[in-house]
Formats: sequence, C-alpha cells, structure tokens
Amino acid sequence: MYDVVIVGAGVVGCAIAREISRYKLKSIVLEKENDVCCGTSKANSAIVHAGHDALPETLKGKLNAKANLMFDKLAEDLDFHFRRNGSLVLCFDEKDMDKLYELKARGEKNGVPELQIISGDEVRKMEPNVSDQVVAALYAPTGGIVCPFNLTIALAENAHVNGVEFNFNSEVINIKKLEDGFEVKTKDKTIRTKILVNAAGVYGDKLNNMVSKHKFTITPRKGEYNLFDKYVGNLTDKTLFQLPTKLGKGVLVTPTIDGNLLVGPNAVDIEDKEDVSTTREGLDDIMEKASLSVKFLPKGNIITSFSGLRARSEKDDFIIGEAPDVPGFINASSIESPGLTCAPLIGVIVSDIIKEKLNPKLNENFNPKRKGITRFNDLSLEEKKKIIKERPEYGRIVCRCESVTEGEILDAINRPLGAKDLDGIKRRTRAGAGRCQSGFCISRTMELLHSELNIPPTEITKFGKASKILVGTNKESI
Amino acid sequence: MNYDLVIIGGGPAGLAAAVAAKEEGIDNLIILEREEELGGILNQCIHNGFGLHTFKEELTGPEYAQRFIDKVNELSIEYKLDTMVLDITEDKTIYAINPKEGLLEIHAKAIILAMGCRERPRGALTIPGTRCSGIMTAGAAQKFVNMKNYMPGKEVVVLGSGDIGLIMARRMTFEGAKVKAVVELLPYSSGLKRNIVQCLDDYNIPLKLSHTVVNIHGKERLEGVTIAKVDGNRKPIKETEEYIPCDTLLLSVGLIPENELSRKVGVELSPVTGGAVVDNHFQTSVEGIFSCGNVLHVHDLVDNVTLESYSAGKNASKYLKGQLRKGETIKLKATDGVRYTVPHFINPSTIEKDITVRFRVGDVFKGAAIAVYFDDTKVLNKKKRILAPGEMEEVKLASDLFSQYPGVKTITLKVERS
Repeated sequence: MYDVVIVGAGVVGCAIAREISRYKLKSIVLEKENDVCCGTSKANSAIVHAGHDALPETLKGKLNAKANLMFDKLAEDLDFHFRRNGSLVLCFDEKDMDKLYELKARGEKNGVPELQIISGDEVRKMEPNVSDQVVAALYAPTGGIVCPFNLTIALAENAHVNGVEFNFNSEVINIKKLEDGFEVKTKDKTIRTKILVNAAGVYGDKLNNMVSKHKFTITPRKGEYNLFDKYVGNLTDKTLFQLPTKLGKGVLVTPTIDGNLLVGPNAVDIEDKEDVSTTREGLDDIMEKASLSVKFLPKGNIITSFSGLRARSEKDDFIIGEAPDVPGFINASSIESPGLTCAPLIGVIVSDIIKEKLNPKLNENFNPKRKGITRFNDLSLEEKKKIIKERPEYGRIVCRCESVTEGEILDAINRPLGAKDLDGIKRRTRAGAGRCQSGFCISRTMELLHSELNIPPTEITKFGKASKILVGTNKESI
Repeated sequence: MNYDLVIIGGGPAGLAAAVAAKEEGIDNLIILEREEELGGILNQCIHNGFGLHTFKEELTGPEYAQRFIDKVNELSIEYKLDTMVLDITEDKTIYAINPKEGLLEIHAKAIILAMGCRERPRGALTIPGTRCSGIMTAGAAQKFVNMKNYMPGKEVVVLGSGDIGLIMARRMTFEGAKVKAVVELLPYSSGLKRNIVQCLDDYNIPLKLSHTVVNIHGKERLEGVTIAKVDGNRKPIKETEEYIPCDTLLLSVGLIPENELSRKVGVELSPVTGGAVVDNHFQTSVEGIFSCGNVLHVHDLVDNVTLESYSAGKNASKYLKGQLRKGETIKLKATDGVRYTVPHFINPSTIEKDITVRFRVGDVFKGAAIAVYFDDTKVLNKKKRILAPGEMEEVKLASDLFSQYPGVKTITLKVERS
C-alpha cells in the first residue's frame, strides 16, 4: 500500500513529489510518457511570471507573486538555470494607458513588488530594439526566465533521490475507490494507495471525473511558438509582453535562459489532448503580432517551431485541493499559465494537505540539494582543462552547435531518472537543441544510448513509443 | 604550442590547403580535425563521380579523400583527430580540445578556416505539422545508411532537390526503400543536371517542381506529408494539396557554411554566401586568416573545392613569407542575375597570374552571357547556353587586364541576355 500516488510527471507532479519527499511516505509518480516533462511542462513560454495578470481573487492571482519569489532559493538548491531578467508589458496607444495603470494596480494587489510604469523612451533606453510605436510599459523587475525541462528534471531527480519512485509508460487506465484509499490500475500493474494526487495536466478532467461527482472539463488551449538562433538571442534582454489590443491578447518576445529568442504563443482551443502540431496560420499569426513589439524580427533565424497545450478548464483558474466528495483525492489540476511559475508553491500546498491527512514523520535523510549536469560550455578554460583530465569524455564534443560533450551525455543517461531517448538527452544537455537541430550529433548520441543502455539502434526513439529513428538495416526489405 | 599555419578542418578543403602550403615550404603546420578520420563529409559520399576534373577519373568520395590523405602522410603533415576547436582569438590563439590531450592552446601565425558546411534543418523552413520522428536531413540519413548500415525509413519523400537529396533518393532506392517523390519549391532543381538524370530519371522517381511540403502528419513516427503546388510568389495553392503517405521525410533544402568560429574571431561574413568576405588570396577581413571550401561558399563539385583550397594554401604560405602586400583593393560587384562572387575584392598589387572568379546566378537563364566590366568598360563576354543557380560558374580574369586598366575601382559581373 502506497501512501501517495501522483499521476503525472510534469512540473506540478514533480514539484509535489519533491515536497512530499521531505516526509517518510511511500510514494510513486505514474507517468504515461517515457520521461518527465513531456506534456504541458515541456512547451510553454518558459517564463517565471511576476504576477500582475491574474485577478486577485483567483488562485492564480494569489499564488503567482509568492511562487515567483521561491525561485532564487530553488534554483540554488536544485542547480538549474534561472534569471530575473525583468519583464515589460508594452502599451501601443495612449488611449490604453488606463489599462496599463489598471494592470499595475492589480499587480500591486497581488503582491508584485517594484512595479513601475515607464515611458516609451525609457523603454527604448532599456531595450533599444523595442518598437517606436510603444508609448509606455509596465516594468516588473521580478519577472524571470527558466528552463522548464531543467526545472522539472531537477525536481524529479531530487524527489527520486529522496525516495519517491517513478514509473514511466504507465498511463492510469482505471481508478477504484476503496474504504481506505484507491486502487489505481495501469497496463502493467495495480497499485493501492491512501492518497491519490491528480497532476495529470490536460488529462486532469478525465482522472477527476473517474472518481468525483464534481466534474470539470479541460479544453486544451494550444499555443504555438517560434524559437530563434542564439545569434539573435540578445534582440531583447527583458521579456516583452503586449498589453491586450483590439487584435487580441498579444504575444511575447523573450530571450530564453539558454540564450535563444522565443516568440509566441497564440491561443486556440482544441479537442484533441495530444495535438501539438503547428499550423501555417498560427505561426504566421504569432510572427505578425510579435513584430509589433520590436523594430525588426529576424525571421531568417528561426531554428524550430513548436506548440504546447495549456490545461484550461471552464473554471478559468487552478483547481487545487481535495475533491469535496472524495477524501484522499487531491487535485492539482487546470494548471494553465502561470502554472510553471506556481508549480513550486503548488507542491508545498499539496504537500501540506497530505501532511495534514497522514501526519507523516520527517524524512531525516532528505537532501534538499541536487547537482545538475556539469555544462562544459559554461566552464572557464581552467575548469575545462581540469574536467577533461579527470574525465576524458569531456574532451569530445558531440553536439557542435551547443558545444555539448560526450561526458555530459553519458551523465544525462546514467544519472537518477536518466535519459532513455533522444529528446531526453536534448532536454537534459541541449545536445540537438541548437541551430542544426541534431543533424550532426544524432548518430553519435544514438551510439551512446545504445552502448550505455544496451538498446538496439533500431529501438532507439525520439520520445518513446513508436517514435523510432531507424526502421531496419540496409537491403533488409529487398 | 606554436605553429606557423593551423588548418581547421581535415576535409577536402583542409587537406588540399595543407598539401599546397607544405609544397610551398611551410613545414611547421598542422591540421585539426574534429572527426576520428580525415576526409570530412567525403567519407560518407560512397557514390562515384568525384574527381572527374582533378584526376580525370571517376572516384567515390572516400577514394577521392584518400588521395589527399596519402599525400598528407607522404609529406609528413602533422594532424590531430578527434580535436574540436572551441575558440580563436584575435591574436590567432586557438583553443581546442580532445580527450587525450585535454585543452590545447595553439599559437598560430596564420590560420586557414576549412570547417565545411551544415544542412539547413526543418525548423529553418518552419514547415508546420507534428514533431514526430522520421524527419531528418539527407546528410544525416546518408551517414546512417552509408556508414552505419541502418535504414531511416521505407517510404520516403525528399524535400528539396539539392545534390545530397538527389543522391539519397537513389541510395534509399538501392537499399530497398520506395522514394515516392522529390519535392522542390523552385521551378528548377538546385542540384546538378547529371544528378537529376542519374538519380531520379533512371529510377522513375518523380521530381515535383514548384511544389512544397505544407504539413507533416504523425504523432510518434511520421505517417505522411501534405504537399502542394506553389504559385509565382512561392505561396502554396490550397486546391492543389495532395497527401502522400510515407514514414520518412528527408530534407535537402540548403547548406549553410559553418562559420561559428569565424564569427568569434570577427571575420566579416557575406550575407549572401554565409561565408567569409575574402580577397583574391582567400584572405578574410582578419589579416592572416584565410578561408576556403564549403565554409567559404557552398560548392557543387569537390574538384572546385580542391582548386580553391590549393590556392588558399599557397597564399597562406606567401603570407607567412611576407610576400602578400597590402594595398588598395578593387571591389567585385555581383548584379543583374549574378548573386555573389568569390573573391569579393581583389588586391591588384600582388597579381601574378589569372584570377578565377567563382559565382552563382540567382535564376535560370537561357542563351545569355556573363559580362565583366572594369568600371564602365566591358572586358569580357562569356556566352552560356544555360545558366542555373544549381551550377557554380567561373570566369578567369587575365592578369594583364589589371595593367591595361590601372586605377580600376570596381569590377562588375552581370548576366546579359543576348
């Protein structure tokens, strides 16, 4: 009998897992995909929002600013990249100034510190590439950027090292309510647990509606993005939002924590919970909107496009807490933006509910620290010299575009909850995330997966299941 | 470590440059190669057709490379394999790593950049659709098939009719795959004519000109692509959309010179070629740093890479001997259908023999001529039955032209229709 089963290894599920690993609890995370961070958490704006957008009476509004402030300590403890680059909400029309002031007031109510309204000229002094059409902006110094993969992986690894089990390719297909808990069925096993946590992202409604009469529906809201080459990563230093105009909500232009430029998203409600395809119209739309914010959008430097799904329910707010009619079933659901920012705090809130219910002992061996993969590219010359001497595999570059060494890839494969597929390696090391998008490194990366995990080359996948790279050997079909 | 000449890249460009420099008497030189063998991309080009110009015989890629590797060994030219250059500083210090020796700090008097090029990936085209497996560049597929004996797919669509795409359409067919179509956005192929005949026509593979892939389908592995005809502005025409079931999409949509190191050291790059701006000695905007081969501009034939790089190697040795004088330069201007020229400018003070100007045109021209102007005077008219963007062209500027027209400011190359 488990104490806690968490369904979903996205950023929310992993944040909860890490928080409950502070206690002596037998717990497991069930994830339907091959790795952590494969759904909503993997494809979003990668922003740590300051917290001025949501209405103060909503959970989103209450949690955001507080969660934002948790990031400095968390990044230090878990060794992931995070930077408070600050954000600007751009206003393009004098007539919209009241809306900007309204946003500032809302932010202040939400507890966002140091908000300022600055003039168009001040904006351009700060960000020379901002469009001349901008008349003013709301400046939030606490806005930040983070790598969502790194964050989620760090939370998961730390949870795992502190005792939480993880099962992948383990979609929950049935839940049975028991006297003292739940029976959770996956295709491989049946698990009994006292507490069941719903962190199932866009499938949160499905899981909730299996057990609770308080039903809700999650309609995935798709957002498309273009990612640009690092050559143009310094187009802006701060995250540029747009004040909603008559054209719609607007899109953002931001540097990523790794130095690329990111543009997007649009917002389209869809039926299919798996549909992360991009569309011509969507990609054209975000580019058109983004070009309002900056003087020049370097269209020729796009290296990839992607889309992600926001887990949005009709409640238009997070659903966090025990289902009113099902004791022990805890929702962390309908986590749309600013979900990435709020995840660490959601972890604490859910953990507190569990603590209340099970009254667990402290895990004396809990280690809050996690050391990430040493990034060769970030090292000084002296450090580079030293690490190659100690570990010669750091002397071989596999991914040229991002200067990722064999040492880093081996570490990514062999560390706790290590990478099992190409996307897993990419998200842990950035090998294949650069301007050639894995054209050069794919064969070497596959050799390393093959040699370390003993997976035949024809079984290696991009992201699990049927996403194989190779179909057989030459002349096999003749 | 100190070297007179460091050559970055041990592919056909680096090898030829090294041989030339050594033959000119530069003994203290080294080639740095990131792969575990010399030869560069030729090692995976196992088809024949290499060396028709250089050796007057048809060789495979590895055979062509081996001729130069043998020469390098014969001349006892030093090289390091498995060695990646991380950085070059302005004072020509090169930082490189390899697993055996760790971090190397190499001081050079001259450097030849010969890093080659990379393939443009799907993302650069922003083809919408899913991000499933089964989509890769033609070169990546070539490596799997030719060097690892693995097939990346069974039912293939090739997007782009660059030479690697054409070659891979044939290779995939040889190895048992069904190539359903080669789809080309432009109204003409960007590959060599002989490759269209020998790789597509001979195997009944349809070449769909003025078509492109407009959508990619399949959640995990590729299941199919939607293609459409494009109009005169290269915009897809909705009514012409056609679904082709396939498990593989190979991309041959352009090559990009790999100038990350050149950027780091401040070498001026041409926005047209993506390669360095060079003079007739293949010297870049940074004194003592030379560039040749596909890192300078993308070639169709390795023979041209060899010729160009040989010349770059000779010039680097002249530089080291103090024989390259600085002086007023003449700008080469590409216009009216000529997209670019290499070199980009000429230093007339050190001209000894004819200068080869290589260039590409931006469209297909039939029955036209290449005209060369020294300022306003036409000095050369080279009639061409056909000019196509897929075939690199060249003109030779005789050395005595420069004494005939002293003080010339601009040399202009243009396409003139007769």
